[in-house]
Amino acid sequence: MEAYIYDAIRTVRGKGSKKGALIGVTPAELARQTLTALQSKHQLDTTLVNDVILGCVGQVKDQGANIAKSAAQASNYGDHLCGVTLNRFCGSGLESMNQAAAYIKSGFRDLIVAGGVESMSRVAMGSDGAGMFIDPTLAVPGNLVPQGISADLIASKYGYTRQATDEFAAESQRRATIANEKGYFKSRIPVLDPNGVEILTTDENIRPGTTAESMATLQPAFQMMGAMAGFDDVALDKYPEVETLEHVHHAGNSSAIVDGAAISLIGNKEAGEKMGLKPRFKVRTAAIDGTDPTIMLTGPAPASRKALKQAGMNIGDIDLIEVNEAFSAIPMLFMDEMGVGMDKINVNGGAIAMGHPLGATGCMLAGTLMDELERRDLNTGLVTLCIAGGMGIATIIERV
Amino acid sequence: MENIQDKLLSFSVDADGIGTLVIDQKENPTNLFSEEFIKKYVETARLAIADDAVKGVIVTSGKPIFMAGADLRALLEDIPDQKSFTASIMEMHHGLREIETAGKPFVAAINGTALGGGLELCLACHHRIALNSTKIKIGFPEIKVGLFPGGGGTVKAPYLLGIQSALMYLLQGIEARPPKALKDGLIDAVAESQEEMMEAAKAFILATPNPVQPWDNKKHKIPGGGMWTPNGVQTMVGASGNVGKLTHGNYPSAQKIIKVIHDGIQIPVDRALEIEARYFTAAVNTPEAKNMIRTGFFAIQDAAKGKARPKDEPKYEIQKLGVLGAGMMGAGIAYVSAKAGMDVVLKDVTVEGAEKGKAYSTTLLDKAIAKKRSTPEKKEALLAKITPTDDPNAVEGSDLIIEAVFENVELKDKVTKETEAVLGEDKVYGSNTSTIPISLLAKSSARPENFIGIHFFSPVDKMPLVEIIVGEKTADKAIAAAVDYTVAIKKVPIVVNDSRGFFTSRCFGTYVTEGMFLLEEGVPAPMIERVATKIGLPVGPLAVHDEVSLTLSVHIFESDPAEKSAAEKRSYAMVKDLVENHKRTGKRDGAGFYDYPKGGQKKLWPGLKEIYTPNVDALSEEVVKKRMLHRQVLESYRCLDEGVLRSTTDGDIGSILGWGFPIFTGGALSYIDYVGMDNFIADCDAFKAQFGERWDVPQSLRDLAAAGKSIHDFGK
Repeated sequence: MEAYIYDAIRTVRGKGSKKGALIGVTPAELARQTLTALQSKHQLDTTLVNDVILGCVGQVKDQGANIAKSAAQASNYGDHLCGVTLNRFCGSGLESMNQAAAYIKSGFRDLIVAGGVESMSRVAMGSDGAGMFIDPTLAVPGNLVPQGISADLIASKYGYTRQATDEFAAESQRRATIANEKGYFKSRIPVLDPNGVEILTTDENIRPGTTAESMATLQPAFQMMGAMAGFDDVALDKYPEVETLEHVHHAGNSSAIVDGAAISLIGNKEAGEKMGLKPRFKVRTAAIDGTDPTIMLTGPAPASRKALKQAGMNIGDIDLIEVNEAFSAIPMLFMDEMGVGMDKINVNGGAIAMGHPLGATGCMLAGTLMDELERRDLNTGLVTLCIAGGMGIATIIERV
Repeated sequence: MENIQDKLLSFSVDADGIGTLVIDQKENPTNLFSEEFIKKYVETARLAIADDAVKGVIVTSGKPIFMAGADLRALLEDIPDQKSFTASIMEMHHGLREIETAGKPFVAAINGTALGGGLELCLACHHRIALNSTKIKIGFPEIKVGLFPGGGGTVKAPYLLGIQSALMYLLQGIEARPPKALKDGLIDAVAESQEEMMEAAKAFILATPNPVQPWDNKKHKIPGGGMWTPNGVQTMVGASGNVGKLTHGNYPSAQKIIKVIHDGIQIPVDRALEIEARYFTAAVNTPEAKNMIRTGFFAIQDAAKGKARPKDEPKYEIQKLGVLGAGMMGAGIAYVSAKAGMDVVLKDVTVEGAEKGKAYSTTLLDKAIAKKRSTPEKKEALLAKITPTDDPNAVEGSDLIIEAVFENVELKDKVTKETEAVLGEDKVYGSNTSTIPISLLAKSSARPENFIGIHFFSPVDKMPLVEIIVGEKTADKAIAAAVDYTVAIKKVPIVVNDSRGFFTSRCFGTYVTEGMFLLEEGVPAPMIERVATKIGLPVGPLAVHDEVSLTLSVHIFESDPAEKSAAEKRSYAMVKDLVENHKRTGKRDGAGFYDYPKGGQKKLWPGLKEIYTPNVDALSEEVVKKRMLHRQVLESYRCLDEGVLRSTTDGDIGSILGWGFPIFTGGALSYIDYVGMDNFIADCDAFKAQFGERWDVPQSLRDLAAAGKSIHDFGK
């Protein structure tokens, strides 16, 4: 049985700070607005939807106690609508789509809303505590370091300089600026206040005109942490061939901290017939892979290779790729490892420009990719993200 | 209740109903925390609690030290039954917790140093008052012997100090003076006199009839916040990071400290103490703790008391010391000797040179004054003891001579002769040579039986080891003199027999050369350096070679007429090439294996890659690690086998204090037991097949292994 993606919707992304546009909107409300928009866009018969699967990383406070059910509750789809929240860190939004597809392929469900949500302004990163980073029996023997140190380790090991990572970041901003202006983000919706008035209509973090030179004065974000908390040495203990950890990443060439929600509608063929909707894409295959947790963020390439192998494809069969821009070095390494160029990668910019609302990003990337494949009239796309703890996730989608 | 007079403690009650429990262990020179003592302590406390006429109890010491800590002798053996060991710790906790929760005030009147278990006993009181004396130290030094506080200290300290400060106290083994302990919250008050302390203790008891411990008080706030606060999380993340950085996982108790706090601070204290007890049992059974207790504590302590001296020799008194040569070593020797109260004649070729050597003491003392570790008066008194001179006759009347002139046989010969001309015939002459055989230098002496090597390490004022070298004709009296001198200047002596490079330089040299061989074989330089520090060596072999200077390595090889081994020739060829063809001479010239940019961090010289093409896969990290450690150990074993070392303990101490061999292994000879003698031999055999003759294992070690013995059974 095939799993079809009937649609995908995402909110605009607000800066995840005290001054961010969406700080006054709860994550349940962000998710609710995507559900409501989906319903009204297609005059969806909500009784057909069984379940909402949402990825969310910081599952405490506003995001605690199964936020997917909170969103379902708020959506007025009906009491039959269940909700489940999952956490595969930064891969959560894509993981929820993969799990939905697997449910559909197994025949256990007919139609599922799958996506993710994260309000990083309201629930700060790290709020959920973490044995992995705090319990010394996990952290010390594993040589675990914060992600920024891992990203800098990748840059140091593979020779991505400050200049090169800044140029990559500037390109992300440039591409996002163009896509934004030209209206390529078809799946994007504004966030509304209780009166229906628009609070935010565009991705707040895009900075037109950004260049590598304009970022030159930004201070490395992880240098002090690496020195003060010993993490540079902890990382280099695992990679003794690297002489020094070069701290190249900073606020400008790392993913922005933002708020946002995204969903997709995934179902079997019959569900589409009942809804009167044509599927846009099908989920060809999905894979995950684990890597060394110290360097942590090298998972996209091995996960993608696994997905390609499962699909009987090679990288040349993929028309466009979304690699999450957690840090500049991540897509740069992916391109080098997989032998693909900038022409296929993140053609409308990525998280450096628009932000990375942890639990939602995977689904946002899928929606962006779907819009662009259709706009260019291409067929096959790959979405992949690096994930905390040393994981990678990849999904291949095909136009129907 | 009746007054108590026991071999461990006494108890009496005064007219106001104030009980005083005096810890005075008659059979020990100092009070120690032991199972037997705690039993008696709790039994006594129970009687006091049960007696309504006793309003509260002051706990104090009948000795100058309150309590020095746990009896480490009891922890040297493996615990066969871990379940009952943990249960016995819990039994102790139940007793102490009974005291804490009985509703009757107990006050610790800390009239002497309270460390480890001693401090934990104080934490099991409701109030702590210490005498404000610079002689008193309060803290948890357990980490220094591979353990951590297992008597409640790890669980309780964060409630008083806050998580961050508690981690610092526990992980660094901080021993605080009373004012600092008060400021940090470890104690509640300081008193200026014994009377004031006892009065304050009594006042607390009368004013606080129903005390509650912070860890039992729901309203108590942990200073700085609990663990699941932004501050707490940040502290814990940083703690794991820094422990990873500093220990590289080699010191398991450091991790256990964070673990006990992590697991324990979230739950009620009685259950947290169970966690502490389980991990403490595990810590006691680690080989690292055994090694650190055996070598790091007992062996070094015994050596520092002069265990190595020939027993029948009378004590060798040193009033006046003659130091020949006022260079860096001579200047340092003059300083530490004057500090020990000796009158020092510091002789150099010129008065200016000698004055410059004395000025080194001035610099050190000014720094100490700035850090409030000395006073201008002490400085003047010490400087007055050093007499700079260029007159060879000025050393007349010296009890001991230490020669520290340039490493040149002719120069040393001249100095020996001119000095012996004025030196008393029964006085001992020591040479601080680090490379020239003592028996060779002794040929210049008219009295070779009085001639001995006294090898200091640089910088003299900081390095704790002195390697005493016995020449062919050196008599026991000279050995006794050198040991007595070393003990007097508060350093740790080891006594070795004469050999090229003695013990320390010879074995340390193998580390440096092995590092170069790895480089030659394609192991990337950063990997060599990183793996070295990761296994606990203080500095990588390339960096340390830069410190020693490559030029000096060439000089030592070329000036030594002895037949050289293949390994020595190989390393010489490498260093000579670096010095002559690439002008890489060492740190002093800013160009060795590293570049030394002015005001910046040293960085590996990029040119190394041109000479030695790096290949990440040349050798596995495991092999790189073993080649650096095993090589030093094998050479140390040869020293033992050849009789250069007189005991395994001297080898362990010399390696740890001399060149920073990692203490968690127990030292360069204990290391063989630590990794397993059979494993060690198998590795060396494999290395011999792959890397050459220098890995040849002496038959005596195979015999020891075949007999299933420990390295410490050597010669027994």
